[in-house]
Amino acid sequence: MAALHFHNVTLGYDRHPAVHHLNGEVARGALVAVIGPNGAGKSTLLRGIVGILGPLDGSIHLGGLDSRDIAYLPQSAEIDRSFPISVFDFVGTGLWRGTGLFGGIGKAARGKILRAIASVGLNGFENRPIGTLSGGQMQRVLFARVLLQDASLIVLDEPFNAIDSKTTADLLALVKHWHGEGRTVLAALHDMEMVRNHFSETLVLARGPVAWGPTAEVLTPENLMVAMRMCEAFDDSATACAADDISSRAA
Amino acid sequence: MLYDALIGPFTEFEFMRRALAAVIALSLAGAPIGVFLMLRRMSLVGDAMAHAILPGAAVGFLLSGLNLFAMTAGGLIAGFAVAILAGVVARSTGLKEDASLATFYLASLALGVTIVSIKGTNIDLLHVLFGNILAMDDQTLLVVAFNATVTLLVLAVIYRPLVIESVDPLFLRTVSRAGGPAHLAFLALVVINLVNGFQALGTLLAVGLMILPAGIARFWSRDLTVMICIAVVAAAASGYAGLVLSFQTRVPSGPAVILVATVLYIVSVLFGRVGGIVRQLFPGRHLEA
Repeated sequence: MAALHFHNVTLGYDRHPAVHHLNGEVARGALVAVIGPNGAGKSTLLRGIVGILGPLDGSIHLGGLDSRDIAYLPQSAEIDRSFPISVFDFVGTGLWRGTGLFGGIGKAARGKILRAIASVGLNGFENRPIGTLSGGQMQRVLFARVLLQDASLIVLDEPFNAIDSKTTADLLALVKHWHGEGRTVLAALHDMEMVRNHFSETLVLARGPVAWGPTAEVLTPENLMVAMRMCEAFDDSATACAADDISSRAA
Repeated sequence: MLYDALIGPFTEFEFMRRALAAVIALSLAGAPIGVFLMLRRMSLVGDAMAHAILPGAAVGFLLSGLNLFAMTAGGLIAGFAVAILAGVVARSTGLKEDASLATFYLASLALGVTIVSIKGTNIDLLHVLFGNILAMDDQTLLVVAFNATVTLLVLAVIYRPLVIESVDPLFLRTVSRAGGPAHLAFLALVVINLVNGFQALGTLLAVGLMILPAGIARFWSRDLTVMICIAVVAAAASGYAGLVLSFQTRVPSGPAVILVATVLYIVSVLFGRVGGIVRQLFPGRHLEA
């Protein structure tokens, strides 16, 4: 049973495709790295999966998942760090699925929040306003919130950008823990070494899919070269795309 | 002596008691709204909305004289129209909320001024512009109290999505569709409280009892709940002191209330615990960790 099924998906902005004719599926419980140069459409693809961006063409099937079963960690979260909210309350918003608009935060929920904060190594930070955290600490807070969302599909957009190695190692351990629990994890990444060592499946994206499959087979110098050559700019005078369904994973 | 100055006016005159009740009701509802306006960087949106409701109130005034229900209804209609149109345009296009709001409130203001200059006299309009909290009758006071109650109830309902939408709007979008409705409901509350305020303070100063207490609270706490409490207390205190000042001197009541709030604001800017100027100039020795 697939957790995600892409059927000829084209995503983009103002009719310009940023992800072009993507087909394929992600198996339930898979740990998938999405790699590609800047502007390759990684973030766009993840936004499409989460449902923030509607596809220009084709469709994305979530295999019976509700949008609430997805936890999304955006690349540059539009978080207003100056807003007076504590780490505890902020992480607690991850329980939205259970509490909704009015549900109370009971003793059990408080325990869950504290455990989530502890498991990202931020004991003692509960009452700190989020505005006082460092970049790495904030990323830990965001991971704690994902943890509480208890989602079966977890989508991480460049989660280790500008994060030191200790924090990266801690958070990567969390990602592998999620994988171990049978959750489906997709992560947009830049660190090839990390992808090679920790992610079983890789999608090389350069607007269109360059290659998709087991990491060892996909992560070849040839594929990366193809991806790097992708032209980044939109063509303002481009004509409407005539390509019909392209068969399967490779372009 | 002190009793005569500070409490006497309220035991002696019924209009002073009404004014005090009105200003406390305004503080309870308006100050929390002001805190959210400030935290969402919408302080000037409140000001724009105050301009937007002016034509509606003026039209109500022209149609039925100095009838507060007509003026309130007119203000609410104009304010809601502008708030909702601006909100809808901002959410369905890429236009930023402030830009779309500026367009609509200017259109509303122009329309209102046109109607007034064609039909009206401008002597009684001073009343609309600056209000008169000392002329509250029972009916008006009930309207003010009712609006304040509605505000607090609605705020309780939308509190959680409103807070999350203020901190991390993208996250709220991925877990819930409550963000949009909560935002629109909040804009509606802003309008209701402006209309509420203009009966006491006039259209132009109504926003003052919302924004100034919020600004004061920001200098004393980093916690949202505490901020809201401080803002309410600051607003009520300004209201009370302003009424006393107005009673003892010849300063009109609306400006007196806002001037007292301004003094509190300046004191907070100077001596506030969180980011006050004196604290910044003399922070004390740095800590160990």
